[in-house]
Amino acid sequence: MSIIRLASLFFKVGALNELQYRVNFFIQLLESGVALAVGLIGLALVFNHTTELAGWSRPELLAVMGVHILMGGFIRMLVQPNMQRLMSDVQEGTLDYALTKPADSQTLVSVRELRIWQLVDVVIGLVVLSAAIVQLQEWLSVWQSLAFVAALLCGGAMIYSFWLILTTGAFWVVRVDNIIELFDGVYRAGQWPVGIYPDWLRTGLTFLVPIAFAVTVPAEALVGRLTWPTLLGAFALAAALLAFARWFWFFGLKHYSGASA
Amino acid sequence: MKDLLDFYWQTMKTSIIVQFQYRAANYFYMIGMIAEPVIYLVVWSAIANAQGGSVGGFTAGQFAAYYIVWTLVRNMNIVFTPHGWEWRIRQGQLSGMLLKPMHPLHNDVAYFAGWKVAVIIMWLPIAAILVVAFRPELNPTPLEIFIFFFAIWGAYLIRTMVLWMLGMITFWTTRVSAIYELYFALELLLSGRLVPMGLMPDWVQTLSSFLPFKWTFQFPIEALVGNLTPEQLWQGLGMQALWIALTYASGELIWRAALRQYAAVGN
Repeated sequence: MSIIRLASLFFKVGALNELQYRVNFFIQLLESGVALAVGLIGLALVFNHTTELAGWSRPELLAVMGVHILMGGFIRMLVQPNMQRLMSDVQEGTLDYALTKPADSQTLVSVRELRIWQLVDVVIGLVVLSAAIVQLQEWLSVWQSLAFVAALLCGGAMIYSFWLILTTGAFWVVRVDNIIELFDGVYRAGQWPVGIYPDWLRTGLTFLVPIAFAVTVPAEALVGRLTWPTLLGAFALAAALLAFARWFWFFGLKHYSGASA
Repeated sequence: MKDLLDFYWQTMKTSIIVQFQYRAANYFYMIGMIAEPVIYLVVWSAIANAQGGSVGGFTAGQFAAYYIVWTLVRNMNIVFTPHGWEWRIRQGQLSGMLLKPMHPLHNDVAYFAGWKVAVIIMWLPIAAILVVAFRPELNPTPLEIFIFFFAIWGAYLIRTMVLWMLGMITFWTTRVSAIYELYFALELLLSGRLVPMGLMPDWVQTLSSFLPFKWTFQFPIEALVGNLTPEQLWQGLGMQALWIALTYASGELIWRAALRQYAAVGN
């Protein structure tokens, strides 16, 4: 319980901090709008030349795009800024200040930053998703909605664990900031369902970088393509990754000797 | 003139040595960049195969050739960014650069040209892996290779000038990141970076022929991959030269106007 209280307190401070810079909201709005337009144009181009892509119809791909934007917003709002701060803390030795606080260290390093304006992308993602559902012309069943939310939570947990594992690597190699660009590049692949990629790439996007579970699986739940084994697999993998990330974090901490003082 | 050439030679040499020292960082960057064309390539190959072998005159193998050459052209397209100009102007770095008896642009052109030499060498193994993975159809003539060699440097110069102009907006306002995003989106759509221009609707193709973008992306790739006639190839180089002259001249005009009202910041 104290974890949730701690997190909400940090989020409140983070949000208040960002709310001071209101012009940034409009800049974010414009940038997200441009990105959305480019995505929609890309989709329109594809369907200028074909009626379906690897068995996915246009509204179904719109749903994938919606989840991609939504998850991207979540990553840039919460996961990436915290991990970036952690990286620079390890480099500069300021991590000691966080470690000496009487709270769970993993929670603490995961909630210190909050880029509230990235909510714009979360909202845009939801709007795109609603448009996709309207175009699909099918009512969502309760089970489908529940499966979607569950798959989304699992995907988010996996992305967070993946980032934390990579960032923990900073305890050994110190300079890991290049993985941000690497991740951004690879994350773009999630814009399309992973089923269209060749086998070696699909395997990588499923198990090496869990983009399949973060984007494709929730979208599958929404358009009624999800099978029970996949959802259970997502649960199992999310739990395993969360547990491993936590173990690896404390294992890394043991090797951390501090760079300051 | 001899001094200038000497300056270029030394700056390029320094930059090549520096970039080989940071080869791990360069490779991280290049691998992250590979994701983008691979995504386009997979999507369009899937469509070509589903449409019975080709779409818009491209087969899967030709898409592979297009997007593999794309990776080299994209690397040639990386120049000193407008964000960098923003930083220089905002932090007052520019003041120091203005004291030197040479246009600051020379330093950027020379330094990044040296970087390109390092990038081309480091790109070769990546290209080899992509060739094995995606099997491109590529059989260029000697003339096409010759033109391609010059076209990538033409692309480099045009983009240097355009981004220089874009960066100079910072002289007047410091809220520029949204303008840059808008520009990069337009460039993505109108240069042949997202898809070969042949797949775009006709009016977009017409529009793009009046703009500099396609001469930095589409033309170099098509020179090597496409079936341009020798006449078209030479004309393309001519167009690139024209755009270099045009963008340099307008950049220089803005530069003079900008310097007149530049109030130095910093030390």
